[in-house]
Amino acid sequence: MVRETTWGSRVVDGALVVLLAGAALLCVLPIWYTLAVSLSDNAAASAGEVRLWPVGFNLGSYKEIMGDTKFFGSFWISVQRVVLGAGLNLIVTVLMAYPLSKTTKDFPLRNVFMWTLVFTMLFNGGLIPWYQTVKSLGLINSIWGLVLGNSVPMFNVILVVNYFRNLPKELEEAALVDGAGPWYMLWKVFVPLAVPVLATVTLFSIVYHWNEFFNGLVLMSKAEHYPLQTYIQQLVVIIDATTMNEDQIKRMSELSNQTLNAAKIFIAMIPVLIVYPFLQRFFIHGITLGSVKE
Amino acid sequence: MRTKGFVKHYYLMLLPGMIWLTLFSIVPMFGIVIAFQDYNPGLGILHSDWVGLDNFRYMFSLGDSGLVFRNTIVIAVMKIVANLIVPLVFALMLHEVQLAVMKKWVQTIVYLPHFLSWVILAGILLDVFAYKGPVNQILSVFGMEPILFFARADLFPFLIVGSDVWKEFGFNTIIFLAALTGINPSLYEAAAIDGATRWQRLLHVTLPGIVTTIILLAVLSLGNVLNAGFDQIFNLYNPLVYSTGDIIDTWVYRTGLVDLQYGLATATGLLKSVISFILITVSYLLASRFAGYRIF
Repeated sequence: MVRETTWGSRVVDGALVVLLAGAALLCVLPIWYTLAVSLSDNAAASAGEVRLWPVGFNLGSYKEIMGDTKFFGSFWISVQRVVLGAGLNLIVTVLMAYPLSKTTKDFPLRNVFMWTLVFTMLFNGGLIPWYQTVKSLGLINSIWGLVLGNSVPMFNVILVVNYFRNLPKELEEAALVDGAGPWYMLWKVFVPLAVPVLATVTLFSIVYHWNEFFNGLVLMSKAEHYPLQTYIQQLVVIIDATTMNEDQIKRMSELSNQTLNAAKIFIAMIPVLIVYPFLQRFFIHGITLGSVKE
Repeated sequence: MRTKGFVKHYYLMLLPGMIWLTLFSIVPMFGIVIAFQDYNPGLGILHSDWVGLDNFRYMFSLGDSGLVFRNTIVIAVMKIVANLIVPLVFALMLHEVQLAVMKKWVQTIVYLPHFLSWVILAGILLDVFAYKGPVNQILSVFGMEPILFFARADLFPFLIVGSDVWKEFGFNTIIFLAALTGINPSLYEAAAIDGATRWQRLLHVTLPGIVTTIILLAVLSLGNVLNAGFDQIFNLYNPLVYSTGDIIDTWVYRTGLVDLQYGLATATGLLKSVISFILITVSYLLASRFAGYRIF
């Protein structure tokens, strides 16, 4: 890069720094505001007195959540879903990506499978047939409905396929000469080399399963089976405005327990905030590696 | 190569995924026949009455269908344009800034909203735009009356597009940044020696360097013209803003799973799937023909 030191250039740099810092602040301030509300006195929060710092600081809403079995029930369902869902996604992704990374010379039907997968990614039966199928499999009100409901994570498979294809051919040839079979080759040669991309897709899966609310909403008929996001969706987002006019909506937003809701929203964010630094470090690297074509 | 005997193991490796795919993707595809039936869940697909194209005729006879198709396209097109321009400008700004520490910090922070769910973000947005929330407080400083943002049909599409850009601009920047790092630095040096100003280098080196990426993303986004973002709208809308905010996906959800009009909902969903499939296929063909783009 050419470094510029003229006065005009310095003004441009100053403006850029201000604009970029502004954009970054815009991304964190709403989250910060939610935290401030959750730590405030409910009356102050409802009156709109909270700005960037808690007003009437107290941990009351967090204490209340500590005794809320419904909240923790949903939290636990989400944890189970993440562990089972992300684990299964990873195993299936690795198993599918390896044969699909072969050439048609080594695996004649490779393209047939690949196009089947891509077709199912691009075209689907729509909401009602999907719902009826899941229902007929007996997965309503079951954790497996949440874990399995959305089929193979195709985007992950494609990233790993592309990564496998770009590994040096010599490694595979060397292992073949040493007499490695297909399973040994996969677990001992390909998987260890693919750790960065596998970490990336696993983090994607974790975030997906943690964030997904819709399967919980349509497949669970009882609130005690809701994962956390569905629980929060029901709690915070749904305002039944069918019968309400503007004044009523106004009053309702003042009456609702803002600090408690904010605390629940904030707790639901914590797992993502925790994995985020890892995610952040891994995913750019992982995506770039997986998306490079020969 | 001694890999002849490997093929049967390859099938075995594909088996779990193929079963999963069959159960949750391929079997539901056969369910689209519901679109041509007066579907009764008690009778099932095999015994429900066939009604030909009645569900489609009924759909077009409803005033709603025109409205939701129009809303979907308006919101989706606004999102596509905004999600191309804002990340591009942002990436160019990041590329231009000469403070390396700044660059790294800003990048780290702006990706964050992408990883939070629309449930969480809707909860936050509803608070931020609440009647007595921060946005209205700022407006009151300028002497404006408070606005009930999410009850205003005229503002709703802009709130949707704006909040979508807010969530995704950081993440969408990545691909532009990757393209920008691919530009040969000696081009900048050569331009500087020739006396090009910073602005001229932007116009004649940087932009030409990423123009293929821009075109590629624009072409690929064609497939999303009927995807206005179910999760986001579902979590932010309410009946007061249906006139401008109800989209195909939210309408199908309410018609099918709330009002239990299975045939009608499936027919609408099928129409959407078919059009989307054609658009995606065309956009991929264009992208691979003119930019050499391949997904695998």
